[in-house]
Amino acid sequence: MAGYILRRVLSTLPVLAIVAVLVFLMLRLTPSDPAAIIAGDYANPQQIELIRERLGLNEPILKQFIIWIGGVLQGDFGESFFYKKQVAELIGERLEPTLSLSLLTILLVVMIAVPLGVIAAHNHGTWIDRLVMGFSVLGFSIPVFVVGYILIYVFAVTLDWLPVQGYQRIRDGVGGWLLRLILPSMTLSVVFIAFIARMTRTSVLEVLNEDYIRTARAKGQTEMKVLVRHALANAAVPILTIIGLTVAILIGGVVVTESVYTLPGLGLLTVDAVLARDYPTIQAVILLFSFAYVLINLLVDVAYTFLDPRIRY
Amino acid sequence: MQEVLTGMTEPVLSVRNLTVRLPGGADRENAIEGISFDIGPREIVCIVGESGSGKSVTAQAVMGLLPKRDLVVTAGETLLQGEDTTKAGIHRLRALRGTRMGMIFQEPMTALNPVQRVGQQIAEVLEIHTKLSGTEQRQRVLDIMKAVHLPDPELMIDAYPHQLSGGQRQRIMIAAALILDPALLIADEPTTALDVTTQAQILRLIKEMQSRRNTGVMFITHDFGVVSEIADRVVVMQRGRVVEQGTRDEVLRRPREAYTKMLVAAVPSLVPPKRAPVEGKLALEAKKLSKIYGRRTFLNRKARIVKAAQDVNFHICKGETLGIVGESGSGKTTVARCIARLIEPSEGEILIEGANVAHLPERDLRPYRRDIQIVFQDPYRSLNPRRTVGQSIIEGPVNFGMTREKAVGKARELMQLVGLSPDALDRYPHQFSGGQRQRICIARALAMGPTLLIADEAVSALDVSVQAQVLELLDNIRKQFDLAVLFITHDLRVAAQICDRIAVMKNGVVVEHGTTADVFRSPQHEYTKALFDAAPGRDFGVQQSVA
Repeated sequence: MAGYILRRVLSTLPVLAIVAVLVFLMLRLTPSDPAAIIAGDYANPQQIELIRERLGLNEPILKQFIIWIGGVLQGDFGESFFYKKQVAELIGERLEPTLSLSLLTILLVVMIAVPLGVIAAHNHGTWIDRLVMGFSVLGFSIPVFVVGYILIYVFAVTLDWLPVQGYQRIRDGVGGWLLRLILPSMTLSVVFIAFIARMTRTSVLEVLNEDYIRTARAKGQTEMKVLVRHALANAAVPILTIIGLTVAILIGGVVVTESVYTLPGLGLLTVDAVLARDYPTIQAVILLFSFAYVLINLLVDVAYTFLDPRIRY
Repeated sequence: MQEVLTGMTEPVLSVRNLTVRLPGGADRENAIEGISFDIGPREIVCIVGESGSGKSVTAQAVMGLLPKRDLVVTAGETLLQGEDTTKAGIHRLRALRGTRMGMIFQEPMTALNPVQRVGQQIAEVLEIHTKLSGTEQRQRVLDIMKAVHLPDPELMIDAYPHQLSGGQRQRIMIAAALILDPALLIADEPTTALDVTTQAQILRLIKEMQSRRNTGVMFITHDFGVVSEIADRVVVMQRGRVVEQGTRDEVLRRPREAYTKMLVAAVPSLVPPKRAPVEGKLALEAKKLSKIYGRRTFLNRKARIVKAAQDVNFHICKGETLGIVGESGSGKTTVARCIARLIEPSEGEILIEGANVAHLPERDLRPYRRDIQIVFQDPYRSLNPRRTVGQSIIEGPVNFGMTREKAVGKARELMQLVGLSPDALDRYPHQFSGGQRQRICIARALAMGPTLLIADEAVSALDVSVQAQVLELLDNIRKQFDLAVLFITHDLRVAAQICDRIAVMKNGVVVEHGTTADVFRSPQHEYTKALFDAAPGRDFGVQQSVA
């Protein structure tokens, strides 16, 4: 097991290397010039040239890459073109809102979607099932930003129960932190609740036809325990797989959601960095995201062994 | 003696005029119709019937486990010690399940929750129905595990199902069903999925537990060998009705009804019929065939090595049937797959007309593909459900360059040959019964014009009456096409009837090889003897063939 984890962690390195190369090349192959953006609309060519020189953008691409990757290997992601700060520091500041939003969203999704799916499966073919599935179709048909603005309109503007936007750090009070995250998390979770509820329903339905479900009933077990202890426990592996994949897609949702609610997180940072052609920041954020993705997949694989004793590495 | 016993005591289960309705669109109105029978304490009643006869529905009705929306009890009652379970509410039913009636199922592989420890699964019954503490529960579980003769209960109690063998899992099921000493045990084909030697042990266990605990047993089976081994009384069912019931000897030796007579007669005898030795041309020869799984590789040095087949030698002549007999894991299917080159053997030669095809790459192998065809065990899964049977039959010949028209013409002939209407070529597999599908599979194999036909447990999934017909068909086409047949089976009765020669396999090795008559008359190897001893209802087979 330990050997397996070590091997898996090592195997993330080539993945990250490929991502690094791709990101680096793609940014430099897109027709835009960070120097021109930094210099502003009224700059003359000499000023732009000066900035290019200062940022090291006039070096050959290969040399630029070696300088960058050499820094990265030492934990130095360079200085942001735009914020004039170390990228590592910048990301550190922006990590908390994004982590808060993501974790809260996943929590919300699992707590709502899994029971919904189980209930739908249990009441397979009835109006309850159809209601849940109807919601599910609706849920992943509406774009994140539409959900966001509808929720803001209802809960913040009309009812005035929750703040419209903004973020409060945990250390400034958990209440305020949570209050400001409710709407963003709800927004972000809708599509995933819809998706995971549907997948849970399918997995549980399949499992409900298994012989051991009948065995449990023949023992006189209550339906609730049959569902949770026998059905859900066996459906857990595919559900977890989907949750793992969801986290990857979540990153895309985070970018949009943070923009809608102006949460000062990595998503917003990404948008700003892209608009400003802030190469070092974009590169670092994307590397970070892909590392997170690989890591989550590893965690999911390891979690399998706890859910299903037949899986051993 | 038996009559006296049941006459004097109150029955444990009394089924009275039970009728269960099928949902609309089924082939008949009721799944079971007006059936009645009794089971006394310490009595084993076998419910016998072919698939679709309603025997499992009866069991589920008693347990209150019928799928609510589809199957409804419309008349009659099932009195469990006087209490009608069909009228009991869900709470009462749950209280009765596990305490007064327990149930075990056909597939011990799937009837246990794979992600829960087996000890927990037995203890679950105690947890539901008693107020015992955790330690008391564990002690009771250990006791019952000992009682069902599981080795090393202290260790096994924390094992997961996949770590146990099929027989051990069925013992776990029996332990869970009997831990609270129910008055009635319902066993739904509990040994069908097990090897003969394991089956014999489980049958012995059920008998032992039942007589020690005064349990009445409702034993559902399709296997007359098992019936003759275990039954006190027999209830024969057909299409939802009770055709005949009586003591074991009455029903098996002096059946009154035509259907029962037909069923009993269809059971293949353990005594092989006389067969003239076959002197055909050599069709296929296997020399020193081995298949080893799990080679140690650079990255995985500790990989487990499984010798699925080792040093297997045999030959088959045209017009001859060679049987490979063995239990699960014996390597018989591995050999079949090597011969058909569905997998590549690790070592050895497979000679077809002198050419060694054992290690040919796919491209060079292709011309030989049509020479060897397989009919698989499960006719429900070996035909593509989205293609008409006609498309399935002509696919092979067309791949080998036959024109569509000619292939269809041939398919029509073959359909007739296997006893089906040529007009049925446009239908889909789900529109046929299991026996018909197996006939289609045979037609599909024959369409390729093979020299060797491999039948891998080809009749194992079929009801006895259908089994007899398909066996006859196989034997007929063997004669008609001068085919060499490699017949893989675990069923000694079937092997006795159809094979000219038999090879007995165990753990990947052929332990005995000889003409069917010799092997059955005087088995040499210990394992072969053990196999024969374990065959259920030996007397039944012998007695029946004498009659």
